[in-house]
Amino acid sequence: MSGKGIHIEALQKRYGSGDTAVDALKRVDMQVAPGEVVGLIGPSGSGKSTLLKCLGAVIEPTAGRMVLGGEVIYDDGWKVKDLRALRRDKIGFIFQAPYLIPFLDVTDNVALLPMLAGTPNAKARSKARDLLNALDVNHRAQAIPSQLSGGEQQRVAIARGLVNRPPVILADEPTAPLDSERALAVIRILNDMAGKFETAIIVVTHDEKIIPTFKRIYHIRDGVTYEETGEGRRNLREKFKLS
Amino acid sequence: MINLAGRDIMHAWGKFIFTGVGLGLLIGVTLSMAGIYRGMVDDAKALLDNSGADLWVVQKDTIGPYAEPSSVYDDTWRSIRGIQGVIRTANVTYLTMQVHQGERDVRAMITGIMHSELGTPGWPPYLIAGRQITRSHYEAVVDITTGFKIGDRLQIRRNHYSVVGLTKRMVSSSGDPMVFIPLKDAQEAQFLKDNDAILQQRRRTSQNLAFKQPGVFEAVIASQNTNPYVNAILVQIESNHNAEEVAKTIRRWKRLTVHTRSQMEEILVGKLIATSAKQIGMFLVILSIVSSAIVAFIIYTLTLGKIREIAVLKLIGTRNRTIINLIMQQAIALGVIGFVVGKITATLVMAPIFPKYVLLEPLDSVWGFIAVIVICVLSSIFAIRTALKVDPAEAIGG
Repeated sequence: MSGKGIHIEALQKRYGSGDTAVDALKRVDMQVAPGEVVGLIGPSGSGKSTLLKCLGAVIEPTAGRMVLGGEVIYDDGWKVKDLRALRRDKIGFIFQAPYLIPFLDVTDNVALLPMLAGTPNAKARSKARDLLNALDVNHRAQAIPSQLSGGEQQRVAIARGLVNRPPVILADEPTAPLDSERALAVIRILNDMAGKFETAIIVVTHDEKIIPTFKRIYHIRDGVTYEETGEGRRNLREKFKLS
Repeated sequence: MINLAGRDIMHAWGKFIFTGVGLGLLIGVTLSMAGIYRGMVDDAKALLDNSGADLWVVQKDTIGPYAEPSSVYDDTWRSIRGIQGVIRTANVTYLTMQVHQGERDVRAMITGIMHSELGTPGWPPYLIAGRQITRSHYEAVVDITTGFKIGDRLQIRRNHYSVVGLTKRMVSSSGDPMVFIPLKDAQEAQFLKDNDAILQQRRRTSQNLAFKQPGVFEAVIASQNTNPYVNAILVQIESNHNAEEVAKTIRRWKRLTVHTRSQMEEILVGKLIATSAKQIGMFLVILSIVSSAIVAFIIYTLTLGKIREIAVLKLIGTRNRTIINLIMQQAIALGVIGFVVGKITATLVMAPIFPKYVLLEPLDSVWGFIAVIVICVLSSIFAIRTALKVDPAEAIGG
């Protein structure tokens, strides 16, 4: 698969050199289509975070090829000069904890990204409000993060990840602090948004509650990925009304 | 674009204001220190202005009468008066001592002035209450900061004086208020001994065989109990004459040292208060260093408290410039709050209660403000370096 979405081919990451070198990623191959949400699971130390950092253009891989949203960003070397702009415009991040900016209200937490990209304040806030409406947290638009519940905070974080309409979203254990009901609600939102905005989403998770909800799952172990599918997972998705 | 620094300050304004107030008190002390130095210089200039002199004639090779002891015969003023260009001359004595009023005493500079008319050098140029000294003995005009009132009875040595006038801003170079008394009284006060000492002196003189001749003993005793010296002769010159030229003539013919106004300023500011000025200068440097360290520590701590947010901001594509602005604007805001609090504290709290005259010059405040802002900007560099080193990967964890 090529074009939009995420396309990773033979990605490697080595820390250090010589006798002390550690191969955190030995071979990663992944494809995520636009509008698709896939899970990435693996034990501690398997390379999940390293893979996310490589995909997020935060650390440089050692070898391989990465295509995000139709743009080759890495091919045995960075192909993009401004990684900061790449992260701002092409990649949305959702973290285990919401990590909202505590001194900005909900609207400005979401509107900050388009503002950073040069969008006028009024337009950025309008975009933020539309998204908050879609995520059903518009009634808390003037609140600051500490006044929100955990679920509300995570929805605001999702809105922040989506506001620039990035072709790719990387979610790092987004349901970890939530109970089952709220965790499934978040996954439902991610699925809806992926479909609505044609966004390719990778969700790194340990959360057994949500693992069965993914259409496709990538396992990563010792720096190597492989894909898993299953009938049971399909049934769960129908139960939770996930397309 | 949102002003992140402003939003952060508004979010935790209480903490920020209290921090600013704490810094402000320190800045207030720093501004007051500068004000104390200015006050000392102004006191010194006030002393010269109030003397009404253009030239100070003092003992040869001394920098008297304020910075060194000086004795000049009290009849020298007559011959100086005759020099071309001199319009007025007057003897003057200065003696810093305790002035008593009942149980209370005040440290003051006793100034002996010649019995003459208003405008005579050495006289207080204006009064805020009462009248000038009109009698030859036992009247006093005092600076209002002595706390004495018209009609009060003062004791200087063994003599009592009635306060007949109050004046203002008449202080010595060290800030002691001035008490003006008639010259003869002041000359006596300079060497007046107690009765026991006089008795002892007479006994010792009477036992000296050299004085046991008719008339000699009485003459020696008389000379021991009179003081024919004054500390300086104040000279006013005609407006169409050059002060330095007149001073040169006096030096040449009278074999005395003469200081012009500019030389006297140099002596007072450059020598008399030089040590105090250095001490204040050291305090200013120490306070500036302490203020810098505190600002740096506060800004650094505020930044450390935002490391996770900074990592997130960097991860989502915030430019370094935006993060630098966030930290630097907060440092500057802290400096502005601190300066405003410091200026108010120095002006309304410290200056009125400080026992010395504190002169807060507007230009010093401008320089102080610039220094505070520069210190804040420099102090924020540590925090900025730390923030720029934050790895955006910290937001992802792992």
